[in-house]
Amino acid sequence: MQLEQMYHEIILDHYRSPHGSGLREPFDAESFQVNPTCGDEITLRVRLDGDTVADVSHETLGCSISQASASVLTELVVGRSVADSMRVLSAFQAMTQGRGQVEPDEEVLGDGVAFAGVARYPARVKCALLGWMAFKDAVVRTAQIETALVRTAQSRGGPRTDAVDPTEATT
Amino acid sequence: MTTTTEGLDVAPRGVVAAVDVAAVRADFPILSRTVRGGRPLVYLDSGATSQRPRQVLDAERSFLEQHNAAVHRGAHQLAEEATDAYESARARIAAFVGADPGEVVFVKNATEGINLVAYAMSNADGAGEEAQRFAIGPGDEIVVTELEHHANLVPWQELCRRTGATLRWYPVTDDGRLDLDSIVLSGRTRLVAFAHQSNVLGTIAPVAELVARAREVGALTLLDACQSVPHMPVHLTDLDVDFAVFSGHKMLGPSGVGVLYGRSELLAAMPPFLTGGSMIEMVRMEGATYAPPPQRFEAGVPMTSQAVGLAAAVDYLSEIGMDAVHDHEAMLTAAALEGLAGVPGVRILGPTTLDRRGGAVAFVVDGVHAHDVGQVLDDRGVAIRVGHHCAWPLHRRFGVAASARASFHVYNTVEEIDALVEGVRAARSFFGVGTGSSAPAPSAPDPATNREG
Repeated sequence: MQLEQMYHEIILDHYRSPHGSGLREPFDAESFQVNPTCGDEITLRVRLDGDTVADVSHETLGCSISQASASVLTELVVGRSVADSMRVLSAFQAMTQGRGQVEPDEEVLGDGVAFAGVARYPARVKCALLGWMAFKDAVVRTAQIETALVRTAQSRGGPRTDAVDPTEATT
Repeated sequence: MTTTTEGLDVAPRGVVAAVDVAAVRADFPILSRTVRGGRPLVYLDSGATSQRPRQVLDAERSFLEQHNAAVHRGAHQLAEEATDAYESARARIAAFVGADPGEVVFVKNATEGINLVAYAMSNADGAGEEAQRFAIGPGDEIVVTELEHHANLVPWQELCRRTGATLRWYPVTDDGRLDLDSIVLSGRTRLVAFAHQSNVLGTIAPVAELVARAREVGALTLLDACQSVPHMPVHLTDLDVDFAVFSGHKMLGPSGVGVLYGRSELLAAMPPFLTGGSMIEMVRMEGATYAPPPQRFEAGVPMTSQAVGLAAAVDYLSEIGMDAVHDHEAMLTAAALEGLAGVPGVRILGPTTLDRRGGAVAFVVDGVHAHDVGQVLDDRGVAIRVGHHCAWPLHRRFGVAASARASFHVYNTVEEIDALVEGVRAARSFFGVGTGSSAPAPSAPDPATNREG
């Protein structure tokens, strides 16, 4: 039975009682992402307080893996700096896309290590990443909004072209 | 074995079989492999792609080892043999679906066949008087149905976008049938395109009724026969459709080959889609004239070993007999419908009896997402399809993001249906649904209540 390798008890716990579920106000940016192969959807909102991720909320229409992943994401990134949360995101992505060859770092990933088993099922990696891609996109949008505001207020320098890198855009 | 398809009560189990499944299975090497740590493969995803018997693999290999050359070119012996093999394949495939060889155009797959017709229609403008019966523009209509595979929807959306025509569709009723009374065709309806059998619901369309309605207003018809030709006797001339498409890989044949059928007088008048070598009559620097069909629609060196393999597949199916294939699958479908109906919290999408229904059985399990159902089944060696099965609007219609789908072919057994049903029970138990355990359902939106309804 290999099933438990993928459906770690931590994943099932998050699936049954997801964190951050239900869209909340206020928020700075929202992202809607869809998995075109199965039709699963997530709407995720981010609120920043300065450089800190103050709140994440989401509505996920998807499988246990995508729902649990969005829940773990909420737990991992709220309260961290944007730069830190992007480091967690990179580590999570590297682990899930690593085909089981990438050793996860529990220090960085916390409950996220429970998704190490998903890496052995390439068809499910997108499920695990759906919420994280929404988070990244929402943070980029936040950064773009901020950049636009800064530009309007101060009108110094030319238009930014690096807003796609959220870690840079907010430093 | 029963030959009636009226309802579940006549579904036989253990009655004399029309098909010697053990002998059939011995022809399919892949069916004897194991998956996921030594579990025997239970392949219930033939609606996506079917497996191929040795006879098909051998035909392809033998063609390549003995006769391979570019067809319809050259005068050497191999070129002659290859052309004969290719045209013999066309004739056997045509006979299999009740068509003339000249009415069979080889394409990559059904998707390409549908695009061929759609692009031929947008090429009609300026292609001469004969082609005007295909012309389409603002104010004209294309009519499809809500249950179409994306392959029979998106090309028509695109045709309408290119030409300014309007796309309309027959909605689907709660029990998975086409609602034929909700829209009325008009003199501006240019073409009605519909699936013979739904790849999700299994629903078989009322072909005669749809053809009659289309003909009454002078519209063309296109039948997506991808899920019918592989599973039951289909006689395209008798069905009286104008066009039909099907794919080789869903009928025990190779991928990379499919068929566009068109009534000969229509193909003769239809402008080409892809142009280039092979499809010409005469070429000068200033312009070209085109070959008669089917060559007009087969630009470039075509797939050849694949066509030969597909002909071997129709020979194989004919040897068993399509009535027997149909009856065998009806028995499997009845067993699946009955078995799944016995699992609490399982909802079948589409008709729940064999009445006007084929063997694609899509279902949702309350509280367990289709992906998770599929994963538990996969862990037990049972391969099914999960997701929207390229019919996203249909899933929206039923208010679900995704479903699980089991689909069959002549090599499947009743024991495999039992494995499916047991696997679905195991999925419910694994996720703590309906077992009386304390595991609550997730508080996130229920997958069965997609907010787009």
